[in-house]
Amino acid sequence: MTVPAPYYLALSALLFALGMAGVLVRRSALIVFMSIELMLNAVNLTFVTFARVYRSIDGQLLVFFVLVVAATEVVIGLAIIVDIFRSRETVDVDEMDLLRG
Amino acid sequence: MEAVLFAITAICALSGGAGVIAARQPVHSALALLLVLLSLAVDYLLLDAQFIAVLQVIIYAGAIVVLFVFIIMLLHGRSGEEAGPGAGLPPAVAVVLCVLFGGGLLAVLAGTHAAPGAPPAGFGTVQVVGRALFRQYLLPFEAASVVLLTGMIGAVALGKRLPAAPGGPAGPSERRR
Repeated sequence: MTVPAPYYLALSALLFALGMAGVLVRRSALIVFMSIELMLNAVNLTFVTFARVYRSIDGQLLVFFVLVVAATEVVIGLAIIVDIFRSRETVDVDEMDLLRG
Repeated sequence: MEAVLFAITAICALSGGAGVIAARQPVHSALALLLVLLSLAVDYLLLDAQFIAVLQVIIYAGAIVVLFVFIIMLLHGRSGEEAGPGAGLPPAVAVVLCVLFGGGLLAVLAGTHAAPGAPPAGFGTVQVVGRALFRQYLLPFEAASVVLLTGMIGAVALGKRLPAAPGGPAGPSERRR
């Protein structure tokens, strides 16, 4: 491990901030979703880095479970986006302001 | 060698991340996301997590990004956003908040003091990860399969359009119109 752990952690912090900016600034639900994936990946990078630092496999197992949840979340979320698009003809999150859909 | 590889992947990941949030077309965002995911897979290899790197390529790059591209195609190019100010936070305020938050994260995480030694033999291989998964993490593993099943059923239920029965009660996706 010739690259010290703080470099990986700094990369992950910057990626997380980028994903957060995407969620707050963009209005297309698809791009908001991709930004959420960006944040999940940033957290995964910290898990893998700390697993390596503490020489414990648990961090990598957590990444496995994050992958499972991320896959499920994308499937359900995209299905909801398609359903909203069918009834509202838009994927702009600012247009989705009716609780009854 | 490792440092050069890390520098390349870090630049690719950060430019890809910027591309995801800055691209006009959603399909460009999806491709930038792919760049981030592949760069992170290389980082996982550098961190002795071979199995996770392979999973990253198969699940994220292979399944999730393909699903995104598929949905972008399904919405036939109308997946962008209309011009004009949004209803939420002004973008400048949001960016300032994110810079502050990112700076805080950076200060906390980059201050980590740890001197890692050599990893145990076989660290991060399928064998070691699999052994932990099927012994220590057996119950969460089974729960994960239930989560995946729920996701599959949910996606089918959401995606299915019930035809409006003539004279009968409308299906759930028709009723709300």
